[in-house]
Parts: sequence; structure tokens; C-alpha cells
Amino acid sequence: MVIQTASHRTERARAVWDVLHQVMDPEIPVISVVDLGIVREVHDEAGALEVIVTPTYTGCPATKQIEFDIRQALDKAGFEDADMQISLSPAWTTDWITQQGREQLKAFGIAPPEGKTGKRALFAGDANVACPRCASRDTEQISEFGSTACKSLWRCRTCREPFDYFKCI
Amino acid sequence: MSKVDPLFETCLRLGDTALVLGQRLAEWSSKAPTVELDIALSNHALDMIGQAQLFLEYAGRVEGKGRDEDALAYHRQDFEFRNAMIAELPKGDFACTMVRQLLFATYASMFYERMTASTDADLAAIAGKAEKEMAYHARHAGEWVVRLGDGTEESHQRAQDAVNLLWPYAHELFQTDVVDQAMIETGVLPDAAAFKGEWLGEIEAVLKRATLSLPEDDWMPSGGRSGQHTEHLAYLLAEMQVLPRAYPDAKW
Ligand SMILES: [Zn+2]
Repeated sequence: MVIQTASHRTERARAVWDVLHQVMDPEIPVISVVDLGIVREVHDEAGALEVIVTPTYTGCPATKQIEFDIRQALDKAGFEDADMQISLSPAWTTDWITQQGREQLKAFGIAPPEGKTGKRALFAGDANVACPRCASRDTEQISEFGSTACKSLWRCRTCREPFDYFKCI
Repeated sequence: MSKVDPLFETCLRLGDTALVLGQRLAEWSSKAPTVELDIALSNHALDMIGQAQLFLEYAGRVEGKGRDEDALAYHRQDFEFRNAMIAELPKGDFACTMVRQLLFATYASMFYERMTASTDADLAAIAGKAEKEMAYHARHAGEWVVRLGDGTEESHQRAQDAVNLLWPYAHELFQTDVVDQAMIETGVLPDAAAFKGEWLGEIEAVLKRATLSLPEDDWMPSGGRSGQHTEHLAYLLAEMQVLPRAYPDAKW
């Protein structure tokens, strides 16, 4: 839910959004940093460009790479003067992944986060996640942590394929 | 002794506890009982080290002497560390690690949940991220403590031994001194003592499902948060700091 204010709607700000749409997540290269909800705001005020970026997990090893990729894309597109700010608050949530981003995750074989993030609860795991291949809900979690902190590992009992699930946080 | 800045001290306490516990969790990398747990514990270690980085970076800004998070992590000695002692105890067996995770992460998720309302904007922002991570650490640990406690005779015994060993150290998390009092009064930190009952309720509920029991309250060691540590911390730091101390300006 990117907040659209006047400073977002200048031509330069729009051009920066276009550039950022081309920057892919290094670990899931089918989803852009915009669709992942990492890029929060682009301001163009009094000639000064500012890009606000929010990291996903505090310990995510991809964070530095993502910041580097964004910086490089901005520089290459002629926005060397754009200032990149890292903002922790409000904290990133999977609710910020766009609808398009969810479709891209699914097409890549990763089940997108389902529903909204809730409050902390002991012993309350995610309900059965839909298989990204065959859409069956006859699935089971194999491991709460998958290849990265943001994913858990699941198996589909219908098509027998294992898959990653992008957890709600 | 020079005058202590309570905010700097607080950032060190939060950052050092996260850093030292992260280091202990990382000791499981390539050694966990299953590959899934190996990945889980390595991910948990990364979360803790990520939180430590945020707290220590802020500590450096508060101090204003040009020390960044790396300088604070790698170029201080054990008596300068301000972590709670429960974080520095050896990782022990898998049951010991899971019981510590349950005790600490349950506490930390409650603490950070309240710290999101801090009058200090930086600490509130870090808490907003850390709160979510500690909640799933607590859930993961709770599930394993039940599995181990309510498992075989041996897993039950090991889990009970871990509870007996770690329980005395849990109290330090809820103790307050002049530094904490100053921060609580200004609304920077929540008062941990205020939710100890709620925490105890959650821990007891998990232990009951796990058929485990709490030992009698006896000695309650403390002092880690003011720089008095067990012998274990120095060994942990020696391993963690060896490379940056040997090559102080190394980049990688
Ligand atoms: Zn399927």
C-alpha cells in the first residue's frame, strides 16, 4: 500500500518507479523489489529525489545485495543523485506483497502468503496451504524453515510435489 | 568510573544479548539433528545477529564516538559486554538449546511487543521487526519442547535437565537496576517485571503439555547486564572476534 502523495507523481518519480520495477529480488528473481513491498516511497521534492526502502527480515542476508542492486539500477538510469534511505518503521509485512507479486510467486512454484498477518500465538501454524502447481489443499508442512527464513517447506499429497511457502509475517 | 549513559547502556544490553545468543545458535550450523533443524537454527541465528546489528549500530550513534556495530561487536572484551547470562551459557544438547529458546524468545516477544510503544523512535522501530521474529522463535521452540518432554524416556530426561539448568538464569531477564529504572521512567523501555506473571503462565502451559516441571526457585544469578559474566563468554568472544582482531581493517 504505497502512499501516493503529490511528490510521488512527478515525471521523475514515475521514472524512478519504472526503474525499480526492473530490480528483481536476488533470491526469487521473478519478483521485483516493488512487488515485494521493499520499496516504500519515492519522493521528488524541491528537485531532491528520495527512495525509501524497508528490509524484510533483520537477519536477511539478501538485504545488502538488494540495497546494492537498487543503488546500481538508479545510478545506471541516471539517478545518481537519488538518496536512498533505509526505514525500519513501519516494519515490513507480507501484506505489502502486491497482487501481481503473489501471482509471480505462484508461477515460480512458491505458494504466496495466505491471508493477513495475525498476532503471535503459540502452536498456531498456518492452515493447509494451496499447492502452487495443482491448487490442492491436501498438503502438509515438512519444515517450518525452508531455503530462507521467509519460506517454509511443504509437500502436496495430491501431485506429490514438494514446494516452498512464503510465510505470513 | 565515568558517568554511564543509560540509553547507550540499554542499547548494549539489547544488542549484546541478541549477538551472543545468535552466536550460540550459529554453533548448530552443520551440526543440528536434522537438515531441517540445521536450516531453522541457522535462520534463527541470522535473526538474532540482524537484531544485534540494529541495536549496536544505534548504540554507536548514541555514544557518538565513531564506533560502529562492528567495532562494538568485535573490539570489546568480555567485561564490556552487557548481555544477560542466559545467552552465553554453552549450547548444550538440542534439548538445552530448545529450552533456552523457549524461555528467552517468549520473554523477548513480550518485551519487544511492548517496546514498539517506546518513546525512543529508533528502539520502537527495531522492536517492531524483532517482535515478529521472536514470536516464531518462541513457537518453534515450544513445539520442540513438547515433542522432547513428551517423547522418549531419554528425551524427557534431557529436557527436564535443561529446564533445571537454565531456570535460575531466566530471572535476570526480569530484574531492573538504576539504568532500567531511568529508561522505564522516561517510557523508553517497558518494565519487564510487569509481565513476568504472563510470561510464567505461557512457560508453565508449554511445560505442562511437555510433562515437564519447573524446579523450586533457588539461587538467581545475575550480573551479566552490568558486565559480570560466566567463564563461558570469554571463550565465545575469542572465537567470534579472532579474525577482526587479527586483521582489524579487513573487508570482505
Ligand atoms: Zn499439488
